Amino acid sequence: MLIERDPAASAEDVVARHGDDATRLLQMLRELQEGHGWLPPLVITELARRLGISRARVEGVAAFYSFLHLQPVGRYRVLFSDNITDRMQGSEALLEYLCSKLWVEKGKVSEDGLLSIDTTSCTGLCDQGPGLLVNGWAIPWISRERLDEIAELILKRRPVAEWPQHLFHIEDNIRRRDVLLDHDLAPGEAIRVSLARGRDTTGQRPTSARAWREAIPAASPGPVATLEEIKRSGLRGRGGAGFATGLKWEACRNAPGETHYVVCNADEGEPGTFKDRVLLSRYADLVFEGMTVCAYVLGGGRKRTHGFVYLRGEYRYLLEPLKACLMRRRRAGLLGRAICGEDGFDFDIDIHVGAGAYVCGEESALLESLEGKRGIPRNRPPYPVTHGYLGQPTVVNNVETFCAAALIAARGADWYRTRGTPKSTGTKLLSVSGDCERPGIYEYPFGVTVRQVLKDCGARDTQAVQVSGPSGTLIDASEFDRRIAFEDLPTAGAFMVFDANRDIFEVVRNFVHFFAHESCGFCTPCRVGTAMMRNVVDKIHAGRGAQLDLEEICKLQKVMSLAAHCGLGHTACNPMQDMLKRFKPAIQRRLKSLAFEPAFDLDAALARARAFTGRDDAGAHLPTQSETA
Amino acid sequence: MNTFQLDGEEIPFEPGQTVIQAALAAGHYIPHLCYHPEFVPHGSCRLCTVRADGRPTAACTLPAQPGLKVESETEELNDLRRTLVQMLFAEGNHFCPSCEKSGNCVLQALGYDLGVLTAGFRHFFLDRPVDASHPDILLDFNRCVLCKLCVRASEEVDGKGVFSLAGRGIQRRLIVSAESGRLADTDVAVTDKAVEVCPVGVILRKRVGFRVPIGRRRYDLRPIRAQALEDAPRRPEHRHE
Amino acid sequence: MSEGRIRIATASLAGCFGCHMSLLDIDERLFELIERVEFDRTPLTDIKHCGPCDIGLIEGGVCNAENVEVLRAFRRNCKILVAVGACAVTGGLPAQRNHLDIGACLQEVYLTEPSLSNGQIPNDPELPLPLDKVHPIHEVVKVDYFIPGCPPSADAIWKVLSDLIAGRTPRLTQGLIQYD
Repeated sequence: MLIERDPAASAEDVVARHGDDATRLLQMLRELQEGHGWLPPLVITELARRLGISRARVEGVAAFYSFLHLQPVGRYRVLFSDNITDRMQGSEALLEYLCSKLWVEKGKVSEDGLLSIDTTSCTGLCDQGPGLLVNGWAIPWISRERLDEIAELILKRRPVAEWPQHLFHIEDNIRRRDVLLDHDLAPGEAIRVSLARGRDTTGQRPTSARAWREAIPAASPGPVATLEEIKRSGLRGRGGAGFATGLKWEACRNAPGETHYVVCNADEGEPGTFKDRVLLSRYADLVFEGMTVCAYVLGGGRKRTHGFVYLRGEYRYLLEPLKACLMRRRRAGLLGRAICGEDGFDFDIDIHVGAGAYVCGEESALLESLEGKRGIPRNRPPYPVTHGYLGQPTVVNNVETFCAAALIAARGADWYRTRGTPKSTGTKLLSVSGDCERPGIYEYPFGVTVRQVLKDCGARDTQAVQVSGPSGTLIDASEFDRRIAFEDLPTAGAFMVFDANRDIFEVVRNFVHFFAHESCGFCTPCRVGTAMMRNVVDKIHAGRGAQLDLEEICKLQKVMSLAAHCGLGHTACNPMQDMLKRFKPAIQRRLKSLAFEPAFDLDAALARARAFTGRDDAGAHLPTQSETA
Repeated sequence: MNTFQLDGEEIPFEPGQTVIQAALAAGHYIPHLCYHPEFVPHGSCRLCTVRADGRPTAACTLPAQPGLKVESETEELNDLRRTLVQMLFAEGNHFCPSCEKSGNCVLQALGYDLGVLTAGFRHFFLDRPVDASHPDILLDFNRCVLCKLCVRASEEVDGKGVFSLAGRGIQRRLIVSAESGRLADTDVAVTDKAVEVCPVGVILRKRVGFRVPIGRRRYDLRPIRAQALEDAPRRPEHRHE
Repeated sequence: MSEGRIRIATASLAGCFGCHMSLLDIDERLFELIERVEFDRTPLTDIKHCGPCDIGLIEGGVCNAENVEVLRAFRRNCKILVAVGACAVTGGLPAQRNHLDIGACLQEVYLTEPSLSNGQIPNDPELPLPLDKVHPIHEVVKVDYFIPGCPPSADAIWKVLSDLIAGRTPRLTQGLIQYD
């Protein structure tokens, strides 16, 4: 541990280990924090000095990410996952239980500096929740018994690395398999088939460098043959937006640049989504295989290519297993120089770990973060395919997209098209959680109805399903015959089930808080709008809502959907909009009056003065009565 | 020369120009706050939101294209801009009567231009302590609109990096480059572009605040709609009017 | 009292009466005004309680419990409620205390300061208790119109009043909108 080490010396070590490369700033900050438990001012100063950048910039980056701390946060930092599914599994009471057990107030550091307890955005353990993170390490199935054990370990000051392994055991919960989860591809198979396809079509390799560069297909199939398979397969991005993968690869391939980058978006931050966690845990080879095929398509063994996996901080525990997989693939000749013996086909993959920022799932924010900056979405155009990582042509795809691409590269477009619908080919992994008997991962061909999924997962008396997470669509029972497909209900994978006993208002309030917490703060509509929206729903939650608050909600929705800088701001209102459209009574019955209610709790606003004057007479109180003028 | 349409009028543009640059150069005002003719567009305040071929987008980051149909002076967009200004007034602690920037302030001038009479929303009343540590410069964070102009100026023009933005969401804030967090401990100079460029009353030179009396200031003399056209690089035919 | 006159009430909450002074600055137009309106509660008439009115003008922010009660009485009684001046519109000068803890303020003033060394924090039920923050009036009641300014010019106040009296939607034209 670096805990006792001199901060300046530790900064020096870390900077040296990362080759004085400022694009690795976030990784340096993460490692320094793992050592010190927080980032002392001296560390920031030292980092800035060694990297030759302004101190304010380093501090600005550190202060952007939730898991980096510029103030001491205790030797043990316990963060309860705060998704609605965690709450439905009792996370709030469990958090209070641990707080009272360890005599610490939520959000504060204990007086002896031993620990702090707080909440964090969804940790992706919804099928085995509630979840929490201790110093960044994920623990599922939180119960009082588990908290007793954790409290004991904290009080004994046992380093987290020495905690019993059973605490950290995370299930896959794969409930339904289709072509992806049932694949029988050997590592390297998709790459070999792609290389062979390049040769086979015309029986010879492309002849000129120009043919490679300009992707002239007739004379030189090479990687173009595989690109054509991907295009013909109809594969669309699995991160939710559904852009045609083949077109993206082709645009990137055709863009001039010194290096072409392949980036795997493993920043699975959308609440209720955890299928990438399982893919990265059990199908890492397939992910890397897809990335390598992409590199082959982009570079064709002629142009320089490099890969990155951007792994969300919550999945920190996957870093070592993923690195081990990369090592295995290097040893097997599937990464590194002359992949599969193909001269000039050099490609390798680095893993960057995020630090708690949902917005980094947006591809251009992810690239900013990869470059060691704050994760703020870029102005577009230009798009990443032409100007991505370090301004170079870059493909950013979801984990699942790369898996599907590997399958297509190996088995062909025709095979893949046999699954799904004409507009949504292939299969989709759903992360099912909430009110059902069998939460977990379900792989379906596109076109499956919501009703079918509900039946398979053992959901009963279902009131609503949140498809694709807070930024997706909240549907009611009248829509359960709708289909999971780009042409009907597109999804990044989340499928949260709410039965008739759930209060949809509380579900939406949880999502509104989520967006306010995760807004990057760059643009006015989202920065201020998400915070205002949070204030309004809290006001209604506290029983002080009025009809006029609905007008304010509509006004905020309009501003955010019209003027926000990126998708986060545009979709931040979706849950509220869906509630007003489909579950209006859920919010209507919370409103106290038809007209107007004060913006704040009048009587509570006198509490402080009451305490200091010792008064409690009638005049020392204000009824927060309805205005009826 | 290529042209695009702005509210039905043909606007000529040169390659590489954005919609706002071409519009201002041709004498057409599009309200804006974080855009500054001397700096690379930022696109964060969203005041300059227009509809380009129907799609809402920031005019400051939108490259001009031949035949583009841009709407700006519509009731919908001016309503949006009013709401954005209201949101900024509710977010920060903007108390014009005590602010020495009053009359020179872009936020205030935009409020006048758009006819904003109240913030409307609930005020956040965030606690943003003032930094008076520097002998010649006062920092009043209460009025920050997070336009990043000082950050950009300090990095790009002054070559210093005195300022940066930190935090996320409503906690986003301006910071200075010093371990102490105090401006006095940075290498800022009163002559820095970063000090001059602040559009609101955050970065203030001490002891000169009232040299020009209230009532005779920049936007007292000329509303921002006219002043912005004055400040923008103009097309030659407009320059010698 | 004559029939058909428009009844107006005014009050200053946490304000300095500067806006009321500015109202008086409409000068000779006061004669026109007095022809058309009748004043209910206002510091000018010394009527203490607001009865049913057409227009209520509120100066000042909401700083204590009494402000809340006066404001609510105005909202109940006035068909149209207008926020007049920076303090009513934004919280204004009194809201500059909002970053301070009200408990610490009371302590500092009544217990710590040497001049009141044997003092205690006043607790007479007759005194209105301060709110922890000063708020603009639209956060406490629904407000129909706003006239910003510190104070708003006599012309701005007159424009809104004359519009309202004439039954028009008040519109402050440019030049009349001033925040300082």
